[in-house]
Amino acid sequence: MSLILDHVNYTYDTSTSMSHDALRDINLNIKDGEFIGLIGHTGSGKSTLVQTMNGLLKPTGGNIYYDGADINDSDYDRRALRGKVGLVFQYPEHQLFEETVFKDVCFGPKNLGLTEKEINLRSFDALEKVHLEHEYFYQSPFDLSGGQKRRVAIAGVLAMKPKVLILDEPTAGLDPKGRDEILGLISKIHEETNMTVILVSHSMEDVANYVDRIIVMNKGEVFMDGTPKEVFTHPDELEKIGLAVPEVTYIVRELKERGLNVDTTVTTLQEAKETILKALEGR
Amino acid sequence: MIRDITLGQYYPAKSVIHRMDPRVKIIGTFIYIVSLFIVNNLIGYLLAALFLVFAISLSKVPVKFMLKGMKSIAVLLLFATVFNIFLTPGEIIWSWWKLSISKEGLLTASQMAVRLAFLVIGSSIMTLTTTPNNLTDAIESVLKPLKVIKVPVHEIAMMMSIALRFIPILLEETDKIMKAQLARGADFESGNIFKRAKNMVPILVPLFISAFRRANDLSMAMEARCYRGGDGRTKMKPLKYQKADALAYLVLVAYLAGCILLRIFGQYVI
Repeated sequence: MSLILDHVNYTYDTSTSMSHDALRDINLNIKDGEFIGLIGHTGSGKSTLVQTMNGLLKPTGGNIYYDGADINDSDYDRRALRGKVGLVFQYPEHQLFEETVFKDVCFGPKNLGLTEKEINLRSFDALEKVHLEHEYFYQSPFDLSGGQKRRVAIAGVLAMKPKVLILDEPTAGLDPKGRDEILGLISKIHEETNMTVILVSHSMEDVANYVDRIIVMNKGEVFMDGTPKEVFTHPDELEKIGLAVPEVTYIVRELKERGLNVDTTVTTLQEAKETILKALEGR
Repeated sequence: MIRDITLGQYYPAKSVIHRMDPRVKIIGTFIYIVSLFIVNNLIGYLLAALFLVFAISLSKVPVKFMLKGMKSIAVLLLFATVFNIFLTPGEIIWSWWKLSISKEGLLTASQMAVRLAFLVIGSSIMTLTTTPNNLTDAIESVLKPLKVIKVPVHEIAMMMSIALRFIPILLEETDKIMKAQLARGADFESGNIFKRAKNMVPILVPLFISAFRRANDLSMAMEARCYRGGDGRTKMKPLKYQKADALAYLVLVAYLAGCILLRIFGQYVI
């Protein structure tokens, strides 16, 4: 089912001199199975927005509906909601605490009150999904490498089998190889399970290859909302708010200006290759 | 949720007290605390209250912030007051069953409650109007004479400033870890005290690990910049007294003198 945000506002430190609006009048409809990139500059309200989506932050105005129920109703079971809307925080490896990797992944499903067997099954499955080699399952999570730790932390949320998976900057601090691995994993998980995925990032490059809808945030407001192609046709507006379109988009635009008849709406390397080859053939 | 703790939190504003040399504020707070134990009659307390109101109005910090500090000592205050009222022997003015209230008890209890409250509010004026960095600079400067007897004053001040610097960071970290575990369905609110304590493990382990990691990083960074203690170290912004500070000292001395005089000659005034 879908997640609906209706006129959501959020103000930090209300009623003190330090108060400021983190979110202003956010209206979004997130449908089942969508793969969304949530993009914005540092401080644009991305992280605040995703924390309101699973009830960790209560909006200071507006309502959020999951499956048609208001998640901030006093009798709504927000703990159960967190099993359905899974949120992976920035640098999630900092939340690991158990003696072994496997035990740590079990923490989420255990909190959902499942049977021992189900907990183990889900945890095993989640660790498989993030491609962690079996030899690490019973090691201390603190002995793993940065990329491995991050995958374990993501598995910790996946093991709760959420319907919506939100990842806040899952590639922060990783090298290009680690970044591609994580993004590839997420994209594969989305294909296999048809889970709704929201990928928070400040890099267009990261998300352009994978998502089918981009929401651009600026100063707590939704600045743009559309498919990657729609969003990337406005590079000037994006640059004004400190974001950039993918490198390939710049390249094809440059080529067009120099007289090559290419399609300037391409966003991925593959598409760029095709349109450039086609244009060269047509000459 | 966890950010509501105000202990030692700076409230930015532009006021005479904010601009004052931090040494004046430390010594002033010390004088005020001493004065609270000097005064022993009504007029003395009125003078102390007046001085407090004067300082608060000069500081331009909302009174709400001052009173927040009171919350933390509310329980202590309540206990101390209740025990003093009922357990002080003396001229009994009211009794029921095994409980009795004496005149002396009422007097000590109210004196102590007022002293404690003034003490907390008075010192919170200092912490609310002084940045932690300024405060430790001032402590280092005020304690400097102790160097003669080999007290590592600089190191103590450095440790204090590091500790103060890390309070907000660790609070934020706790907030983040708590949210991350809540997102994994953790429950910190239900169950008995043992269960709750056990439920804190998923917060405490990551918190300790991150604190050690930060300490390690910081010591590396300090060493990389050739930090080697206080010997021969100069300051970028040395503390300098201004004219206003001299005036403040004058006011403080006058206030202290007033308190002492009121204690000695108080009985003739009333």
